[in-house]
Parts: sequence; C-alpha cells; structure tokens
Amino acid sequence: MSFEFRAIYWRDMVKFFRFKSVLFSSLIQPVMWLGFFGLAMSGSFDKLTSLIPNVSGVPVVDYLSYMGAGIIAMDVLFSSLFGGTTLMFDKKFSLLKETLASPVPRSHIILGIGLSGVTKAFIQTIIIIGFGKLIGMNFFKGYTFTETLIAVAGIMLLVAIFTLGFLFLSGTIAITIENPEGMQSILTLLSMPLFFISNALYPIDSFPAILRFLSMFNPLTLLADGIRYFALGPSFSVMGNHYIYTTADIGMSFLGLCFFALVMLSAALWRFDKVDI
Amino acid sequence: MTKNIIEVNNLEHSYGSVKAVDNISFNVKQGEIFSFLGPNGAGKSTVINILTTLRKIQKGEARVNGYDVAKESKSVRRSIGIVFQMLCLDHEMTVAENLDYHGKIYSMPKKERKKRIDELLILTDLENKRNTLAKDLSGGMKRRLELARGLMTKPAVLFLDEPTVGFDIQTRMRMWEYLREIKKEGTTIFLTTHYMEEADQLSDRISIIDHGKIIVTGNADELKNKLGKDLIYLETSNNKIAAEILRSLKSVKSVTEDTKSLRILIGEDVTHVLPQIMEKIRGEGIDITTVNIKKPSMDDVFVHYTGRELREGNEKEKQQGTEPLGELE
Repeated sequence: MSFEFRAIYWRDMVKFFRFKSVLFSSLIQPVMWLGFFGLAMSGSFDKLTSLIPNVSGVPVVDYLSYMGAGIIAMDVLFSSLFGGTTLMFDKKFSLLKETLASPVPRSHIILGIGLSGVTKAFIQTIIIIGFGKLIGMNFFKGYTFTETLIAVAGIMLLVAIFTLGFLFLSGTIAITIENPEGMQSILTLLSMPLFFISNALYPIDSFPAILRFLSMFNPLTLLADGIRYFALGPSFSVMGNHYIYTTADIGMSFLGLCFFALVMLSAALWRFDKVDI
Repeated sequence: MTKNIIEVNNLEHSYGSVKAVDNISFNVKQGEIFSFLGPNGAGKSTVINILTTLRKIQKGEARVNGYDVAKESKSVRRSIGIVFQMLCLDHEMTVAENLDYHGKIYSMPKKERKKRIDELLILTDLENKRNTLAKDLSGGMKRRLELARGLMTKPAVLFLDEPTVGFDIQTRMRMWEYLREIKKEGTTIFLTTHYMEEADQLSDRISIIDHGKIIVTGNADELKNKLGKDLIYLETSNNKIAAEILRSLKSVKSVTEDTKSLRILIGEDVTHVLPQIMEKIRGEGIDITTVNIKKPSMDDVFVHYTGRELREGNEKEKQQGTEPLGELE
C-alpha cells in the first residue's frame, strides 16, 4: 500500500489555506446564499404558504430550514463541479507534469484531489449549519446530543460521496477539455438542469411528471433528501406537503450517490490513464 | 570499462506518417555529460520523452540504469530526475515546499527529505530563498530550483531538455557550473540543446541529431579535428565557379557555398594551401575580395555534417515568439 495521494492532498490544502482571497470567498459564499437569498425567499414563501393548511399531527418545518438543506447541497455541488478546473490549469501550465512523470499511480492524483475537495466541502457544510442555526434555521430540532452527532455524521457521509462524484466528473472534463472557456460552458450547461430539476430549493410535488421523474435520479435531489432526513427528521410538513422518508428511501439515496460516485471514478480513472504529457 | 547507464538500440518513433526518430542507437556511460545537439524538431525531445517513460516506445529497445523502458517504467522513473523544457514549478508554493512535495511523491521519508533539501539548497545557492514563493524567484533561480528538484531523489541519471533556453549568456554559464558540480557528485547527465556552446563546453560526448537521425557522435575536440586543421572563408567575384575550381584541388576536403562566402575545409597546413588556392582562382580571372582563416568550431562541425546551419531552428523560435520560460507568468 502506498500513500502518495497524501502528498497531493497536502499540496492542495497548503494552497487552499495560503490564499486568503480564495479561502475567504469560498467560505463566505454559502453564508451569503443563506443570509440573502435564504432570508429573502423564506419571508415570501412563509407568507404565501401560511394560507395552506398544514398536515395535522406532523411537525411543521419553516421554509428556511427546508431550504438550508438545499443550500448545503447546492453549495457543495458548485464547489465540487468547478473544483476540477484547477486540474485543467495545472495541466495547461505543466504543473501536473512533475507528478505525471513520477512513479505515483494516476489513481492517487484523483484520490488526493478528491479528498481535499471533501475536506473543503466539510468546512462549508459546517459553516452553513452553524450560520443557519444563528439566523434561525431549525436543524436538529428536539434532538439529543448523540442524535445530533449521528445526524451530522450522516450528513457528512452523504456530502462526502456526493462531492467525490462531482469532483471526479469535473476532473474528467478538465483533463479532457483543453480550453477554459469550453470547460466553463460545459459546467454551466450541466449545472442548470442539476440545479433546477431538483428539490434543493422547492418541493418537486407540483413539477410536471417528466421533470419529477428526472429529478428522482438527480444526485442533488438524493443529497438534499438525505440531509433533510438527518436534519429535519423522517416525517415533516412544509408548505402543505407531507414529507416522509423511510429508512429504505435514505438507503436508496445513499446507494444512488455511491453508484454515481463510482461511475464518475471509473470515468476519471479512464481519462487520467490516457493523459499524455 | 565504465558501464553504460543508458543503452538505446534501433529506436524509432513516428507521429502519424512523420518519422520523428529514425532508427537511432547510442549509449551513455555512467558519470558523463552527454548531449543531443540539433535544431528544434530534430527529434531530441521525443527521445528524451521515451527514455523518461513519458512516451510509449514504438519500436526498438531502450534501457536506463539497467531497466527496460517499456517493461519496467516504474523502476526507470525511480532512477531518474527530469528538468523539463518548460518551467513547471508550483508558483504558489515556496522553494522548500516544491522540493518537499517532490520528495513526498517519491515516498522519501521525512528525515531524508529534510536532509536532502538542505544539501540541494546549498548546491544551487538558494539557501536564503527557502521560504520564498516560487513565483517571486528570478528566471535563473527558478531553473536552479528545478535542477534541485530533479536531484531530490538522488537519481542515477538527470535528464535536461533544453535547460538554458531563453537565458542570457551569464545565466547560462552559471547553469553550466552547477551542472559540472552535479557531475562531480557522480550523476550522469543527459541533455538536449540547440546551443553549440552548450554542447561544446559542457559535454563529454555529443551526438549531433537531425531529422531524427544521429549524424555523428564524439567528444567536441574529436568532432572538430575530424573537420581538418583549419577552415578558410573566401569571398570572390564568382563563388560558383570558384567552388568548382576548388573542388578539383587535392588539398581541399570540401567546399560549402554560403550566401556570400565559400567555406573551405582543408586537410593540410593552411600556410601552404592558401597561396596555392588564391593563385588558382585568380588564374581563372576571378577576384578574391575577402579571406578569413579560423579553427573549426562546433558550428562548423554542425554545418559540415548536416549541410546547413542551426539557423532554421532559431528562426522558428523567433517567429512563434516562444520564450518558454516566460510563458508561465
């Protein structure tokens, strides 16, 4: 067993913490989403939906808490989807050359970058949960300390798998595409349907049937559902919709994300094997 | 007899229908500085990429440090250090971190990495730059840092692809000093260059390579002596006829027509041959405007063996405006 991926992880983390502008903006961005978009939207949504009768006997969740889970999913989506871009620049400016010419297996490069992406995603998730609690997001309501810990661990596990999947996807594109403009447009094109055909920010119950069907396979929906299960409980009502998550549902989310990550991993391995210097 | 640390037999490599390397064979002895001299596009980089396992070998056989390039690429990689043609430092990391990263990806233990970094910073005069970000170094320092990085794992062979392209002559000469130091430590150095002086002053042996073929191999003096003792440059009122006349003379080994002058290689003492040549040409009614005598240089060696000057490569470089070392900024 060799551990060269640690070197790649180390280098990425050193640079992440060294450049304060990048560090600062990547940490402040989720806070802004939650602070500006979240508060603005939840005000109007709660006003509109206050007229809808709630499902009786089920805990009611306000929109901010509902959306908070979606903001975590979305923030992690964007940072991992664009996270591979550095690889393209590394390749373009021959930075990768040294590593590609070394005895390090290509899989270690992917693994190292994947792990540093997961670390960054964890930091962002913690910030969103922390800041969310500050502005009144009702995560882990009525949980004991142990229950909260388990819930956080569950969220982190799903976030990690999700992040790896999208980093592998983004790395695969980065290593295949040569120019930054092309990469940018592909990523933007990808992020649109991922973002809108999901229940990250609003319930999908009123979607047209085809979109609802598609959204079931969207990793973003799987992650948002998973986070809601852990943060808000298996049964709650929001905007008049009754959400019930069974253990089987969450198991499927977990397996779905694992499947997605594995497919992306094999794509990344395949592309990295072909990289010439 | 010193053993061969690089052995190449009948190597061939094509890009599509273009043959970049055409059936070449050569050996590099342990501890020597060996140069591939040739213009851009001669196939130098392809050979270096094959030997460093960055390109898959298509035809032929190559061994580095006893390991087969095709079958034992990992062992080859562990035996070598590389300084690429293009700068490829991590500009956002410090000098020491760049070296440390390199040691890490080659699985060097921490203690060993620390010791080696100290040694190399002294060798390359970068001690007081230890914690400077790579982007804040001068061009020459960046190159030295790359040199240090190539030596981090104490490789048996150090490969350098055009190590001084784009440097002024002072920086280049300093670089040569460092390379001689490294040679003293017992490291074999394989380098490619299109600078005559670099091959001439630095190398123990030189292979002149053109159109994917090795034209001649030897040490600088041998190559120059092969051309004969002296060279005469003549400018006349009719170079074409003068060249024909000269070719008929026994004492003349070869005549090359340049744009303005004739380059004449002779096998005998110039003091006896020159009067004879001048008399003969004047006898045909051709005026001699300029006479110049000099000892053969590497340029002359190159022209003699390839039939042209290295100019082509340099022009190409100017046209593209490529300044490989500046491209990262």
